[in-house]
Amino acid sequence: MWVGVEMTSTDTSMDDARALDGPFYIGGTKFVSRLIVGTGKYESNQIMVDAIRASGAEMVTVAVRRVDLDRSKDEAILHHLDPQDFFLLANTAGCYTADDAVRYARLARAAGFNEFVKLEVIGDERTLLPDVHATLEAAKTLADEGFKVMAYTNDDLITALRLEDVGCVAVMPLASPIGSGLGVVNPYFIREIKARLKVPVIVDAGVGTASDACVTMEQGVDGVLMNTALAAADDPVRMSHAMKHAVVAGRLAYLAGRMPSSEIAVPSSPIEGMLD
Amino acid sequence: MTPDTRIDIQLNGKRQSFGAGHTVTTLLEALELHPGMVVVELNREILDRENYDAIKVVQDDMIELVHFVGGG
Repeated sequence: MWVGVEMTSTDTSMDDARALDGPFYIGGTKFVSRLIVGTGKYESNQIMVDAIRASGAEMVTVAVRRVDLDRSKDEAILHHLDPQDFFLLANTAGCYTADDAVRYARLARAAGFNEFVKLEVIGDERTLLPDVHATLEAAKTLADEGFKVMAYTNDDLITALRLEDVGCVAVMPLASPIGSGLGVVNPYFIREIKARLKVPVIVDAGVGTASDACVTMEQGVDGVLMNTALAAADDPVRMSHAMKHAVVAGRLAYLAGRMPSSEIAVPSSPIEGMLD
Repeated sequence: MTPDTRIDIQLNGKRQSFGAGHTVTTLLEALELHPGMVVVELNREILDRENYDAIKVVQDDMIELVHFVGGG
């Protein structure tokens, strides 16, 4: 079971930066890292583990699947990730109906780690956009059963509000479609969702590179969840380092409050005192 | 071995034959699976691990054995 120890990194500049922010809470559990990472699509289990460690993430997502009884691959994630080191967030990826998502969530909880679930009900194969009606239905069922539901959803304010109403502990609008790497396509809606919800808002899916993660965090959201941006980078470990810094940079920039932008130049040096 | 000493079950979507008399515990042992690493669904009901010893596997049971794999 995840023990939630403070990070014992030797990276003092990262520690200093995080000290300017502070922890945050999802469903009553404290997290320091605002980066949540997936465990899918890595070329090897070793690269996955190295990348996740480099990312500094505490919460990692996992999927629920049939055991491969032919033992053709070593798929069991718990053979590679120590559940004492990471908070496991099981997802319902691949589910297209509320009933299926509820079934997968119950199976995940029976594994015995925690009550959290990343609820994902897909409505369309090409875009992997969420079926928000089915998501709401499943979210209500699961919240009523005591699950701590973190719901993947569209960047739609009304759905986000409804998901909060039915008891989700976090609402997770997409930046852009899953695995697309297009970055935040609608920062205005993301900001509005964050402004209107009381529960944490985690942007889930669509981040492609470090600048996308930074821009996402600059919108004021509580965190960002990504998988493909790390797993599909040429060098996943190096990209994970970059993302760790980008998330902290974007968060601190948001907290610091950016300067006003202007379409005309404003000199930085005094205009008085120039020589004749 | 006479036919009635074996049972057919649907295991992870495949029809499979096992010797009769298995409990969930002995079935997992036969499959070399650690009970703490899998979740067992029997005929669409999730089983509590403490009941594995008591539950008999019978003809035509539908069993799903699931675990955590990489995912986003």
